[in-house]
Amino acid sequence: MSIKGKSYIMGAFEHPTRKAPDKSAPQLHAECAKGALADAGLTKADIDGFFCAGDAPGGPMSMADYMGLRNLRHLDSTDVGGSSYILHVGHASEAIAAGKCSVALITLAGKPLTEGAGAPARASALGTRPEDAFESPYGGTTHNQYAMCATRHMYEYGTTSEQLAWIKVAASHHAQYNPNALLRSVVTVDDVVNSPIIATPLHRMDCCVVTDGGGAVIVTNREVAGQLKRPKVRVLGAAEGVKGPFGGSSLDLTVSAAALSGPKAFAEAGVKPSDIKYASIYDSFTITVLIQIEDLGFCAKGHGGRFVADGNLISGVGKLPFNTDGGGLCNNHPSNRGGITKVIEAVRQLRGEAHPKVQVRNCDLALAHGTGGSLGTRHGAATLIMERE
Amino acid sequence: MAQTTSEPDASAVRRLLPPRVNAETMRFWAAAQEGKLLYGYCDACHQTHYYPRTLCPYCFSDETQWKAGSGHAVVYTYSIMHRSPTGPYAIAYVTLAEGPSILTNLIDCDFERIKIGSPVKLVWRATEGDGTPPLPFFTVV
Repeated sequence: MSIKGKSYIMGAFEHPTRKAPDKSAPQLHAECAKGALADAGLTKADIDGFFCAGDAPGGPMSMADYMGLRNLRHLDSTDVGGSSYILHVGHASEAIAAGKCSVALITLAGKPLTEGAGAPARASALGTRPEDAFESPYGGTTHNQYAMCATRHMYEYGTTSEQLAWIKVAASHHAQYNPNALLRSVVTVDDVVNSPIIATPLHRMDCCVVTDGGGAVIVTNREVAGQLKRPKVRVLGAAEGVKGPFGGSSLDLTVSAAALSGPKAFAEAGVKPSDIKYASIYDSFTITVLIQIEDLGFCAKGHGGRFVADGNLISGVGKLPFNTDGGGLCNNHPSNRGGITKVIEAVRQLRGEAHPKVQVRNCDLALAHGTGGSLGTRHGAATLIMERE
Repeated sequence: MAQTTSEPDASAVRRLLPPRVNAETMRFWAAAQEGKLLYGYCDACHQTHYYPRTLCPYCFSDETQWKAGSGHAVVYTYSIMHRSPTGPYAIAYVTLAEGPSILTNLIDCDFERIKIGSPVKLVWRATEGDGTPPLPFFTVV
């Protein structure tokens, strides 16, 4: 059974806050849900499927109770880090195709800026994951684990810091038009490579922002979508994957789980990478974008550095307009998890509701892809392909 | 949730806590106390793996044995972490001479000398407490 064409993203809302000392994390989830319902033209009572991940305090039971979601008949709290919410759109589409729900709510929210890293709990040698005792003592962080992928990519393919910097430059060109973006200044390649080193070879400007906030999307079946007034964004294909060292005998840190999920999503949708008009590509770090672009087939493995250079990701300039909201690198990375904002900006583009300065002309086919967890150890990935109906 | 701290503490020293040992990994840590770094080897598919498992992560056979490595390896990749309250450190994957690549730190060496492909050798560091297992690290040869 395929999900192709059986579900529609009819509501999308990105919380305008980037710093929320006066709000709770559950409150942010609820405000995002309310925003997405209003956008769709639905009410809370219409929700019969609920999807959340590790950022949701107490998980689906507490959140359903807190928000008063009384009519749920389908729940899913699959957690693959920041890619969870892209995966959730796929799972919601499966549930809708199987008749298990008709209006699915997906939320993400949190406040790492005002409350610290919080969930997920910092890795510890005393943890109970099988790898904890063998890996946690070595000071692995998100920064230096992704940085090790960059070191290896540079070694194998000659990728440069200047090429990686172009990814941040492109995001900044888009963020200047987003009044809610945390960082709205246009930056140059020199600005990026001269910003302080965080973990070699990654600079501060190779890293995404830390923000409070969140977002929500509503996925419905065809019948509900037909009754709503919003432009229809139809789901064409979705796939997911997970990759890790898998015992370390053939470690390859230059390839992500996008190489697993991408081809399956394209096959289900019946389209190819060159058909995509706009792409939301998870940008926890610049290197994340580069590796995913290769793995999704937008260019050959190892050619990512040349592909992203010279503004090729800037809307109106390059061949692959990406993250036109400014992405995680400039706009928003709520709860240290960016997946939902990737879906939301793709929906804006397909509706023709992106900022006019970054709106892709005739944007009828879009992709959203996320990597959650750590590219340098074990991570999940989700690819989603959508069209304007 | 804790507040984020951005100010480095010059007096802070990186702590090495003893690993949590469980029924499966007990023999790995017992061998560590004898200075042996164990990796997994599968008699069914002849592949090596790390960290060691009871069931082979490749063919799922239970015909695994845990062998002591030579302690020789080469750097697969690395990063020098500068955003650290206890000072810069080198995280790396090193590929053991016996096959598998493992996550570790490169210590007691000039970071400038670290390159992909650099030969490295095993060194042990004690963890906090009495009679606790040491942890395996590597240094550039």
